[in-house]
Formats: sequence, structure tokens, C-alpha cells
Amino acid sequence: MGDYVRQMPHQSSADLAKPPSTAARMHIDVPLLLLLLALTVYGLFVLYSASGQSMAAVVRQGRYFAVAYVIMILGAQISLQRYTRWSPWLYLGGVGTLLAVMFFGVGAKGAQRWLEIGGFRFQPSEIMKLVVPMAVAWYLSDRILPPSFRHVMAGLALVAVPAGLILQQPDLGTSLLIAASGLFVLFMAGIGWRYIIGALVLAIASAWPAWMFVLKEYQKQRILTMLNPESDKLGAGWNIIQSKTAIGSGGWEGKGWLSGTQSQLDFLPESHTDFIIAVLAEEFGLRGVLLLMTLYALILLRGFWIGVQAQTSFGRMMAGSLTLTFFVYIFVNMGMVAGLLPVVGVPLPLVSAGGTSVVTLMAGFGLLMAVSTEKRMVGQ
Amino acid sequence: MPKYIALKDPHREARIYSARTVTAILLVLALLGVILGRYYSLQITEYEIYRTQSESNRVKLQPLPPKRGLIFDRNGVLLADNRPSFTLSVIKERVPDLEATLEELRRLVPITDSDVEKFHERLPRRRPYEPVPLHFRLNEEERALLAVNRYRLPGVVVEAQLLRHYPHGELFSHALGYVGRINEREAFELDETDYRGTFHVGKVGVEKYYEDVLHGDVGYQNVETNAHGRVLRVLEKYAPRPGSDLTLHLDINIQRAAYEALGDRRGAVVAIDPATGGVLALVSTPGFDTNLFVNGISTADYSALRDSPDVPLFNRAIQGQYPPGSTIKPFMGMAGLESGLVTPESTVPDPGYYRLPGDSHRYRDWILRIRGTGHAPEVDLNMAIAESCDTYFYDLGRRLTIDRMHDYLSPYGLGARTGVDTTNERRGVLPSTQWKRDALGQTWYPGETISASIGQGYMLTTPMQLAMATSVMASKGLRRVPRLLMAMDGEPVSAPELEPIAASAANWQAVYDGMLEVVHGKRGTAKYLAKGIRYQMAGKTGTAQVIGIAQNAVYKEDEVDERHRHHGLFIAFAPADAPTIAVAIIVENGGGSSAASPIARHVIDTWIFGSSEFEDPA
Repeated sequence: MGDYVRQMPHQSSADLAKPPSTAARMHIDVPLLLLLLALTVYGLFVLYSASGQSMAAVVRQGRYFAVAYVIMILGAQISLQRYTRWSPWLYLGGVGTLLAVMFFGVGAKGAQRWLEIGGFRFQPSEIMKLVVPMAVAWYLSDRILPPSFRHVMAGLALVAVPAGLILQQPDLGTSLLIAASGLFVLFMAGIGWRYIIGALVLAIASAWPAWMFVLKEYQKQRILTMLNPESDKLGAGWNIIQSKTAIGSGGWEGKGWLSGTQSQLDFLPESHTDFIIAVLAEEFGLRGVLLLMTLYALILLRGFWIGVQAQTSFGRMMAGSLTLTFFVYIFVNMGMVAGLLPVVGVPLPLVSAGGTSVVTLMAGFGLLMAVSTEKRMVGQ
Repeated sequence: MPKYIALKDPHREARIYSARTVTAILLVLALLGVILGRYYSLQITEYEIYRTQSESNRVKLQPLPPKRGLIFDRNGVLLADNRPSFTLSVIKERVPDLEATLEELRRLVPITDSDVEKFHERLPRRRPYEPVPLHFRLNEEERALLAVNRYRLPGVVVEAQLLRHYPHGELFSHALGYVGRINEREAFELDETDYRGTFHVGKVGVEKYYEDVLHGDVGYQNVETNAHGRVLRVLEKYAPRPGSDLTLHLDINIQRAAYEALGDRRGAVVAIDPATGGVLALVSTPGFDTNLFVNGISTADYSALRDSPDVPLFNRAIQGQYPPGSTIKPFMGMAGLESGLVTPESTVPDPGYYRLPGDSHRYRDWILRIRGTGHAPEVDLNMAIAESCDTYFYDLGRRLTIDRMHDYLSPYGLGARTGVDTTNERRGVLPSTQWKRDALGQTWYPGETISASIGQGYMLTTPMQLAMATSVMASKGLRRVPRLLMAMDGEPVSAPELEPIAASAANWQAVYDGMLEVVHGKRGTAKYLAKGIRYQMAGKTGTAQVIGIAQNAVYKEDEVDERHRHHGLFIAFAPADAPTIAVAIIVENGGGSSAASPIARHVIDTWIFGSSEFEDPA
């Protein structure tokens, strides 16, 4: 088993003649790094305003970024073979910790998501955002693609176990994100359209029973609030009304940095975390939103490009899945703040304040860089 | 079946992967397009809506309530004032433990269970950042206690607001009326803009009649607030225009003289300056402390006032309708003279009773019970007024007829609202055949004219009407609508003038002479008032029956239940040569006019000399 043939499909011999650049030696994808840095700087400017002009908040977030960039660069040094080999063990460990959370976890806000070891708290579900697609990609990388029915089912099982455990916590948002990241691997592996269409039909058909039997009262409330925020003006609808007001009142030009009345006068809740896009939209206007979306789109395109250039099935599938997951963050967050989607706890990637998501996302980009620089290593 | 050995085909995998990537990119771009479309629609298409909404979030219009105008008496004595009142309020948002805080506060300030109950009623109606009142009218000591403990009571605030205060309480209760909290019906009727930020409105009396001018004009400021309602800065400000200060004709000295002279009896005194129509005194007893009503009277206090048999909330001076009794006689005399039915010299025989031609019924004169005979064999107008001879007026009334009686008496202001500038005035009854047809659907009987000619029967007047009539008499026909208001913001305001009564000077003088005899004559019905008097007082006594007395039955005062005793009435003006004051007095169930007439001396003495020189007869 394994790959018998290694190819260098898009590399000319001239490239091989050149000595590898510093960036290549350090396994760094320069366009991606520059885009991420630009996004980081933009995000910190918005955060300064959103946090009520708190330099402390910016410094704290800067520190998270520093850690996250180090993790990204370290992650880029690890070879893909090693990632592949580690995948099953990481997966087993991850599921183990999820079980531990179920039995020994620490609760916060009515959900049991944290594990406390020696006074240090961490959220195992966060790690699973990387581990689950890795496990699916590992499982499929040895198989003939597109995968057979049996392999698709096995892949789905790999996704279902951790997703189910996280749903138990309960954390619907994370559970769906993790499920999506695993399913993206299957999608990129080229599973037949009949599976995809079948799954969509099943999802639509199960909407009613899910509403009746699965969704909890607060989750239904969020969906109803999204559909009609005016129904509960001072309660659950308040966030959405205020965020739409903030976005809309920004107009094309925006009210100017630090001059957004909705955010500066505390009308906008969660303005520095999940709702930070509303601050950006209010203060920088649609122009600012376009700039952000351009940065995101370029990052996404770079991610897809890295996938297309990848040398191994594992690398390809990981690149595709990580890129699509990153997109899901963007889509869900920007959609929910603008009142298109129900409010779930998804941060705006690399802009919202908070350390956990930044570290996870950047670790993902580290893996992506490992994929992008792998080919060059082969050439030597 | 041959077994195919499946091998990985990297070319095929890469091709499939590329195809999937293209699909993914298209999907991603499409969905980003949806998001961008949403932001475009919010920020460009619906920009105006959200911009307006965000402005109205940020900028709040804050009303600046005007200061209510003050009320003074003619001497500049403050009758209605605005005083800072301190309210203990709680801001829920800033209180860590509401129950514990309330418990703590109860240890410091006398908070009642009903305070707490009302507080819990108000609580859900306010935003969490708004102060909710818990206890009103903190005194200085309580405020000091709260200030000392402030550091451990977060969310507890003491708010100051201006509250109406009536320094003289009961003395002016019926003259001024009072303000109270705006109720639901008033909130509906009042201009919403004008009363934004104002919680009180005139409920009754002068406070209500002059509500428009006392209130002033509301001002406002645009303020920028944050989501918690805290004001960050004032953007623009339009100052309120304070309400006008009112100076009333009322004189605290004679108001007090009348109030004290009435004592604990039920009654009313109205004094008018004949030259101006200004109301110098308006007293109705018992009164009540108007301050109780300002911030919401307690149920117990209100029931006590409402259920008292003395009906203290009833303003007898303008709402009390009493038969005028013999006080009507001077006006009847003028009617007789002016109609030519009598002259000062003409006389009527007085056997002590009167009989209608062809009727055996004897209409008794009050003197019959005392002397067993009439006032004199022949009675003229002067004697008829001085000694209050009924027979004389029975005869005059019969010849005048009820409708002409009505026409001659109504210009004095009887049987109609005088139009005095206060609220809830009643109109009384000046009967006529028309009135009886309209009100009762019955025809007029001749006997009823006999009762009417001595101010009994259907005839009902208010003390205010009697005072106005007396004032018209004192000024020989000058008619003015009685006015409490003398000046507004220092600018004099004159009473509306009505067409005067045209009558001959000799006739006025003849009636004057009769009224002077009442006080100064040897046989005047109020001759005890002349004791030590240093001016000429013209007056007329009156007694109004509360219950009917059967033919030949005798009214014995001490045998009758107190509530069924006659009302005592008295009208007077002085000094007779140039009158400056006209008064009307009623003492309910006083027994007779002697209960009322001394009050006139006290009031007029005080008006002329500054204090009373009269000692009540024992």
C-alpha cells in the first residue's frame, strides 16, 4: 500500500535549480502569511475601538496572536507524514478527553465543556476542530478515491462520535462546525453527488423532527428571534436589532474609527467578541466590510490553491477542509450578526477577541503551510 | 468473478480534487456574495432607516419641567410654594441583592409595608437603569443617615424634586384648592408635550382654574445617552418658561379672622371688595390639610376626609346651597321700590301673620311666636328691614309675583354661577314659574311666592352669590364678577365688569337706611354688633329652616337635633358711606343669625383696623 509514484506536476526544472528561499526552508507560505498579518492588524484596530478603546485588550489579543503565530510556524515545520501518522492517536486521545469532560468536566454557563487539570483549563472540543478532519483524511488517504460506500460510512462514523459527544455537552455550534470539517474532507475526497444530495434531502426532511424532539427551548428561541427580532425587543431580539442598526447606520463610508455610536455607547452587546463585525461595519462602512471580505477571499483562494498544489491525498484533503471550515466561520458569523442566521457562538475568525479560536485557527494555518511547502522538500 | 486489484490513481485523484475545488470556490463565492448582498442592503438600501434608528438610540429628548408659579395673598404672603422634596429611590441594575438592600434600608428609614408593596408594583414598569421611588418626603435626619451609609448601599439614591407646599394648610384649603399627581384621565386630557416631566396638576380651586398660567412652558434638552441611559453630554437646550406667579385679592388677616371666628362650626365666609370685585376672604369650615393631596393621599387619610359627617372636602362657600332666608329682604326691598309697588313711606299692616286673599292659611311672621303679635300695626320698609318683618315682604312678594321677583333679583347674581375664578361653583336656585316648569314639571302655586319672598322655599343661594349681591348693594348697582386673582407676575388684572343695575339713588339710600338700622337701630336684629363699633355697618340677618315646621308648631332650638337646627346667615357691608368690604356668612345649624353676625364684625374690624375690636357676647 501507499504511494508508489511521486510526481512533481507543476514544477519546472528551473525551479529545482534554484536554491530554496529562506521562506521555503522555514516552510512558510509567504502570500498566506502576509494576508494573515494584514488581517491581524486590521482586526486589532477594530478591536481597540470595539473594546471601548482599551489598549489592554489589544495587548492581550496581541499576545494571543504572538502565541498563535509561533504555533503556526512550529506546526508548519512538522512533516505531513508525521501529521498523518499522528492522526489516529490524536483522534483516540481527543475522543478520550471528550469522554473525560463528560464525566469529570467543569461547567460554565450551563454547559460542560471544560476539563481542568492542575488548575489549567482547556476545551477539548477546540482541538477536535483540527483532529477530526485529520482523522478522516488519514483514514481516506490510504484508500482508493473516490471512496467506496463502506469507506464513506467509516468516515462518517469517525465524524459522528466526537460530534455526538460535543452535542451532549451541549454545544450545538461547535458540534456542527466539527461535523462540517470532517464532512468537507469527504467532499474534497470526491464522494459521489448522490451521497451529497441524499444528505441534503435527509437534512431537510429531518428539520421538522429535529425542531420537535432534538432542539432545546433556547435553541428554538434563537431561531425564532432571528426570524423576527422585533418580537422580543428588550430580550433576545435586542442583540440583533442593535447589531443591524450598527451595520446599517454605517452606510458606505462608516462613522469613522472610534466614532461608532452604537458600539461606543454600549448599545451593541458582545461588541468585541462575536459581534465585532458590527463595529467594523458601523465605523468603516461597507468599504471596510469589502476590505475585510477581500482579505478573507484571498486567504480562502490561497488555501484552495495550496490544496490543488498538494502532493498527497492527506495534504489535499486537509487543505480543502481547513479552508472550507475557515469559510464557515466567516459565513456563520457575518450572517448571524446581520440577522441572516440564528445567533450561535461563532467568532469572526482572527478578528473577534479571544485566545482559543485564534490559536486553533492559526494551528490550522500551520498545517496548511506544511502542506504548501511539502512539495518543495520533495524536489531536493 | 474476476477480482480486480484496485490501485490508487494519483492523476485521477488530483483531477477529482481540482473539480471539487472549483465547485467549492464557486459555492464559497456565491455565499460570500449573499453575505455581501445582505450588508449592501443594510448599509446602502436601508441606510436611512438604520441611521435614524441609531440617532434615536443615541439622542434622547429630555423634558425640562417648568417651575410652577407661586401664589401670594394681597400682602405678598406666600400661600403656595415649591419646596424641594427628597425621595429615596433604588436603581435595580446597580443593586447586588435587592431584598438585602430593602432590609437594610428599613433599618435606616421608616419604610412601611405599603411603600415596599408599591415599590414592587413600580419595579417591572421601569427600565433597570431607572431609579424607582421607594419612600417619599425624607426628612433631614433620614437624608443624613442615608448619606453616611451610602458607601455600603450601591444603587440607592436620594432624588430631589420640587413639590407644591401650602404653608398655611387648612386656612386656605378651599380658597386655593390643591395640586395632585396626574391621574390616568388627566394624562389623557392634558397636552402630552406640555406635561412631559411634570407629575402634578391643579386638581381643584385656583390651582386648577389657573393651571395654564401656573404651569408655564416646558423646556427640553437633547442629550446623548449610552445604552444604560446615562447622560454623557447635553447637545442643545431650551430652557423652560416658569409659570406665572399669582397675587390674589385674599387677605390672610381677614381670612384668618373668619376662619378663627367660625371655629369648629361648619360654615362659610366670603368677603368681597365692592370697588374691584376682589374676593378678600373665602373660608369654608372644616377645612383640611391640602398638603396631604400633593403626593398622593393615603387611603386612610382620604377615607377619613370623605366619610366625615362634616364633609370637609365640600367647599361651602361656592358649593353650599342654602335658603338665603331674611338676607333676601334688602334686595326684595329694592325690587319693591324700583317696581313702584312700595315707597319708603308706604306701610303694610302687620298682625303677625299674612293671609292670601280668599285663603284661610296664615303665613306667620317669626315675631308672632315671641310677642304674640306683629312688629307694629303698620310697618314701613325701614322697619321691615331693621326688624326683619316677614308680613311686609309677604305682601310685597304677592304683589310683585314670582317672575318679576326673579327678574329683579337675578342681576344681583343670585341663582346663577357668579363666574368667580375657581372651580366647582354651584348655581343655586332663583325660582320662577319657568324654572319650576322646567325643573319639576309643575305649575307655580301662589303660596310658594310667599315663601320665596322671605328667601325660603325653592330659593337657594351660595355664600359666594350672597357676597356678590351684597357687594352690588354696597356699590349701589356696580356689578363685577368676583375675582380671586389680583395680579399675574405683578401685572394687575381687573375683574370683568357687568352692566350695572340702574336704580334711583333715593331707593338705594332707603334700603341702606334699613340695613344700617339692623346694626345701629334700637330694635335692629343685629344691634349687639354695634357695641364699640367705630364705623357704620349695614347688615341683614337671616335664618334658614333646615326642616319644615308644621302649621302652628313651634320650633324650639334645644329640642331639635343639632343637624336639624336652622342655619344662621348674615350679610353686611362697611363703612356705609364708602363701602370697602361686603361679606356673606353662613353658619350651618347655628340656630339663628346670631351665630353668623359676630363673624362679620371680626372680619370687617380686621379689614379696617387690622384686628377685631369685638368681643363675642357670652
